[in-house]
Amino acid sequence: MLRLENLVKQYATGDKALRGVDLVVPEGQVMALIGPSGAGKSTLIRCVNRLIEPTSGNIWLKQTQITGLRGGALRAVRRRIGMIFQEYALVERLTVMENVLSGRLGYVNFWQSWFRRFPQSDVAAAFHLLERVGLSEFVDKRADALSGGQRQRVGIARALIQHPDLLLVDEPTASLDPKTSRQIMRLITELARERGLAVVINIHDVPLAQMFAQRIVGLRAGEIVYDGPPDGLTNQQLTTIYGEEDWNQERSSDSEAAELTLEARATV
Amino acid sequence: MAAGRTWRKPPFIRNPWLRWALIIGALVYLVLALSSVNVNPDRIARGMDRAARIFSAFLQPDFTSRWRDIQAGILESLTMTVVSTVAGVMLAIPVGFGAARNLAPLPIYLFCRGIVTISRTFQEVIIAIVFVVMFGFGPLAGVCTLTFATIGFLAKLLAEDIEEIDPAQMEAIRATGSSFPQLLTYAILPQVTPRLVGLSIYRFDINLRESAIVGIVGAGGIGSTLQTSFSRYDYDVSSAILIIIITLVMITELLSGVIRKRLQ
Ligand SMILES: Nc1ncnc2c1ncn2[C@@H]1O[C@H](COP(=O)(O)OP(=O)(O)OP(=O)(O)O)[C@@H](O)[C@H]1O
Ligand SMILES: [Mg+2]
Repeated sequence: MLRLENLVKQYATGDKALRGVDLVVPEGQVMALIGPSGAGKSTLIRCVNRLIEPTSGNIWLKQTQITGLRGGALRAVRRRIGMIFQEYALVERLTVMENVLSGRLGYVNFWQSWFRRFPQSDVAAAFHLLERVGLSEFVDKRADALSGGQRQRVGIARALIQHPDLLLVDEPTASLDPKTSRQIMRLITELARERGLAVVINIHDVPLAQMFAQRIVGLRAGEIVYDGPPDGLTNQQLTTIYGEEDWNQERSSDSEAAELTLEARATV
Repeated sequence: MAAGRTWRKPPFIRNPWLRWALIIGALVYLVLALSSVNVNPDRIARGMDRAARIFSAFLQPDFTSRWRDIQAGILESLTMTVVSTVAGVMLAIPVGFGAARNLAPLPIYLFCRGIVTISRTFQEVIIAIVFVVMFGFGPLAGVCTLTFATIGFLAKLLAEDIEEIDPAQMEAIRATGSSFPQLLTYAILPQVTPRLVGLSIYRFDINLRESAIVGIVGAGGIGSTLQTSFSRYDYDVSSAILIIIITLVMITELLSGVIRKRLQ
């Protein structure tokens, strides 16, 4: 499905963000990409749809070689790849419906999109998806009037209406509370399973990754240092990925910490 | 005990010699400059006399005797304002997009910035004189002047606005496989439209004001009528014209203020 071969990214500033990454994600797999800040997770998934230009290496989506595509061919492969962002990246001044339909931009011509005359099948799909993510009452609300969790649902609908083969997800829950985070992760993984999509999710929350992903890849300083099942992630592996830390203490106090933050919020 | 320690703001120029030299130099220059202006009390007295006549005429504005000329001038000014604002906005939008560094490739960027800079360097009156020389007296020169000035004003502010948009929204729309025109209309226009509309309306009332000024150098409109009345010593007519200009400007300013507030 998705295949990376010796992917290297060196920024103009000289930072080597990726140092030869080899990775294969098969059809229907939900893969979580974890690693410390600056490990290159965002760089990796942005290279896949060429929002960032990789320095060298190859990327394949099914039979299509993404690296080296230009113009119309690049746009055609981008519409097969849905993307979900940490800060939702909705167009704030457009309505929920317009944001969802913008996922179809790659399929319609300029005048159709300018006059908002999308094919009826697209509109029907948008209504269906909005119902599925629980936002059918917000169709004509402006995106900036929504809460974080609601915005991320719009982001999910926008990515899925593309009918993608692959979903790239960059820290979908980093700005959400623990409960909403789980709901969003559940929604993404359920929808992906229904449609048989491959998913790459960048995520900082290791327990959440273990709960929802079938496979975990650990990235450190631009190199893969762990690749295996969620329950194979031992304390020693975590140390390899993130560096020295008392993981048992961290993990057992996780739920406590969540409660504490909730309490703190309530008292403020 | 630290009570005895004093503090003063450090002087702007540390070196006392340099400081005093600059102060004394500035004073000497001021005295010399004043003495070179050549103030002539006789001319001032005569000027006062004329001023008294003008002001007394101004207290009795005459709207009726030249009403036809005034009416024609006002209509011409309004036409100039509308035409130049519409044309200016339409031309400023592409120039503004081209002058935004985060969108345009370098050659286009430099070209559009060049247009903006030329338009903003020269005061309207100077541009108006050039156009009057090119096209002769009349509203065409005025329309060209105001259009040109509108391009510089709007394109610059639009470009700055575009450079400050949220890049994440742009990235998200690009990631859907949209084309460049779709990227402009879905990711960028929604972010800049409210301000663009507000600025266009604001420019409308600047253009109305400027249309009276460029008329004085012969570029048509109410300014030309005003100029004629002055040269005929019809100060009561001038007074009527000024009152009308002030009222018009105040009305458009009020309206544009209300509209712009609604847009927020
Ligand atoms: N636009 C850029 N220009 C230069 N260097 C960059 C740029 N973006 C990222 N980097 C560098 O590349 C490295 C990887 O960054 P990246 O954003 O991919 O990390 P990340 O794993 O996503 O981190 P986080 O978890 O904080 O999001 C970092 O060292 C960063 O400084
Ligand atoms: Mg990141």
